[in-house]
Amino acid sequence: MPIEILMPALSPTMTEGKLANWLKKEGDAVKAGDVLAEIETDKATMEVEAVDEGTLGKILVEAGTEGVAVNTPIAMLLEEGESADDAKAAPAPKPEKQEEPKQEAPKAEAKAPAAPAQPKAAVPATDEDRYFASTKTQTVREALRDAMAEEMRLDKKVFLMGEEVAQYQGAYKVSQGLLDEFGPKRVIDTPITEQGFAGLATGAAFKKLRPVVEFMTFNFAMQAIDQIINSAAKTLYMSGGQMGCPIVFRGPNGAASRVAAQHSQCYASWYAHCPGLKVVSPWSAADAKGLLKSAIRDDNPVIFLENELLYGQSFEVPESEEFTVPIGKAKVVRAGADVTIVAFSIMVGRALQAAEALAEQGIDAEVIDLRTIRPLDTATIIESVKKTNRLVTCEEGWPFAGIGSELAALMMEECFDYLDAPVKRVAGIDVPLPYAANLEKMALPQSDHIVEAAKAVCYR
Amino acid sequence: MPSNNATSRSRAAKGSNKPEALLALYRQMLLIRRTEERLSQLFADGEVPGFIHLSIGQEAIATGLGAVLERRDTIASTHRGHGHALAKGVELNSFFQEVMGRETGVCKGRGGSMHVADMSAGMLGANGIVGAGMPIAVGSALAHQVRKTGGVAVVFFGDGALAEGVLHESLNLSALWELPALFVCENNGWSEFSPTSKQFVAPLAKLADAFGIPAETIDGNDVEIIADTAGRLISEIRKGGGPRVLECITQRVRGHYEGDAQKYRDPAELKDRDKIDPLPRAASRLSVLGVSDALLAALETEVMAEIDAATEAARAAPLPGFAAAQADVYTPAGA
Repeated sequence: MPIEILMPALSPTMTEGKLANWLKKEGDAVKAGDVLAEIETDKATMEVEAVDEGTLGKILVEAGTEGVAVNTPIAMLLEEGESADDAKAAPAPKPEKQEEPKQEAPKAEAKAPAAPAQPKAAVPATDEDRYFASTKTQTVREALRDAMAEEMRLDKKVFLMGEEVAQYQGAYKVSQGLLDEFGPKRVIDTPITEQGFAGLATGAAFKKLRPVVEFMTFNFAMQAIDQIINSAAKTLYMSGGQMGCPIVFRGPNGAASRVAAQHSQCYASWYAHCPGLKVVSPWSAADAKGLLKSAIRDDNPVIFLENELLYGQSFEVPESEEFTVPIGKAKVVRAGADVTIVAFSIMVGRALQAAEALAEQGIDAEVIDLRTIRPLDTATIIESVKKTNRLVTCEEGWPFAGIGSELAALMMEECFDYLDAPVKRVAGIDVPLPYAANLEKMALPQSDHIVEAAKAVCYR
Repeated sequence: MPSNNATSRSRAAKGSNKPEALLALYRQMLLIRRTEERLSQLFADGEVPGFIHLSIGQEAIATGLGAVLERRDTIASTHRGHGHALAKGVELNSFFQEVMGRETGVCKGRGGSMHVADMSAGMLGANGIVGAGMPIAVGSALAHQVRKTGGVAVVFFGDGALAEGVLHESLNLSALWELPALFVCENNGWSEFSPTSKQFVAPLAKLADAFGIPAETIDGNDVEIIADTAGRLISEIRKGGGPRVLECITQRVRGHYEGDAQKYRDPAELKDRDKIDPLPRAASRLSVLGVSDALLAALETEVMAEIDAATEAARAAPLPGFAAAQADVYTPAGA
């Protein structure tokens, strides 16, 4: 099937740009790393590089076109054996809501995923369902902002602090509008001083304020991890129950795009290892909103792991401000009978894509979005595996001592007699994330890897 | 090397010639001294485990501060924090029970020497990580400011923390947001097993000056000077004056922790200890003020009786049960 090349984003906040120039023409052979085109915004120009090999089959957006929305297909790349007619015949698909990556990254391309079809079996009903009778379409970014704004209106003790959260409205624009509504005493710009403000917020939480601390990315929280673990997580216990720490540490986690090893790693298993912390990592905008509201109301320190590439993705979000998602509850996002695929954050989208590909091959996958990493909703996973007898785990982080390892241990302890195959872990490869576009793609788990793993546990 | 030529204010500047106030300070110092000597013995006997860091020789600082702080004020302490806890009002019995790992300890036996915390006394905790208490105290200062409690936060730290980046972060945030925080450096000249002169080049007062924070360096072994200076600084801070730095030059008598033979240290350093030690110094001043030796001896007896009783009560107190070992990891919903 021809590969769609999508309009990339220069920055997390870019929504559209100009396709300035094509450097390849239809029929040209392309190899990974070749510059295909140049795009421009009012701020910058950048090159679009090919990730895959093939032939440029069809240019869908002509050079000089202004206002091209991010993620619009701009060209089709033909793989070996495909003809330009295949490309012409391929419809320009309208992006689906849960398709990913919705927001393409600089100098990168992606295959357009097939839109997930409705699964055969229905997902189980939950208490959250009633709120979905009335929804609006929102990005994850907007949903997070609304969650903070609503909780700040409800409780004057809640405040947001972090680098660039106020005047600049967040490095990834999550705190848009909050300074205007709540003023500089409740939306506080901090210096670049991660241990300082993480410790300060922890002390403020000991004294009954309810800080929401934004880390520009969780990579920079490493400067503050002593305060997060030794102070925020342990003090309730060490003090014999005297001092709880109602605090949320939030920000983007995991790989973004082409930002290399120090800016691309998943901290889910790091924090989930530590008693005293709750760890949340949502995928959809509705869950991002509902879980952030719950996290802010929680009396414990909550690590709230967002994902830069999800910020711009849109989902249906309940209109009601009463809507929350409980911490510690996973969600079956696709019902299936043959294999259980467990994922969280950005991997949920890839797991759903994989499930669709598997469906075409006659394998009916159930996909569980963990949503919360700690406390882990073991019941939902166990119940699913007792039905499917097979488990594939998915995470962007490294495999060693990862969340998949924990799930494999859970299977040993709770599902041994139900397993028809050893658990398969799909994870990032065990290296610091490389920079080159093709290497980065190879190092991160893709839906194809999930498909292969699911087929392996089904002995197909 | 600690210096005792610090810019101390002259005795003439000090207030009362009545002995009551000094007698109370002396008693508090004596309680801390004898408590730590008892802990040293209990450690040697195997009744107190782990790491015990004693502040013997430095009691005047905790005592002087404790005398001018109110219940609503908050402090964050260090690994060498027994004196701070007691001077801020942590009750002696529950203190001993904590250090001896008993169910009835102030932290239910889960914290120990390096984690004594008592919210009811405004003691946010000793801390096993050098420098880590600083931003926590500064955060409590933010809470005082936001909630308009009128409280002040005190950051205790040693000169061994001067090279920690978090000191700079905490000074900067306090100055930037004009927080009600007093940074108290107990400068005993030693960073664990090395002289601080081998670890940090800048005088603290200059560092404070760089952040625009007024700083004073005083004799940290004269409890009256400490109480007077701290009282004045706390009052300036309470009126909205923003942060202050108070450096107290003192002397660590024991090793970094109990069991440290201090082979790295010239014994001559402690030769004239009686001239430096805050307890004999306060005692001789009490003498000048007309307090009899008999009264001081009676005080000694009284303090020892309290410590004996606290030790016995701790020995008799129950060990924590296993259920307690698993409690309080999270605050339950609705708690």
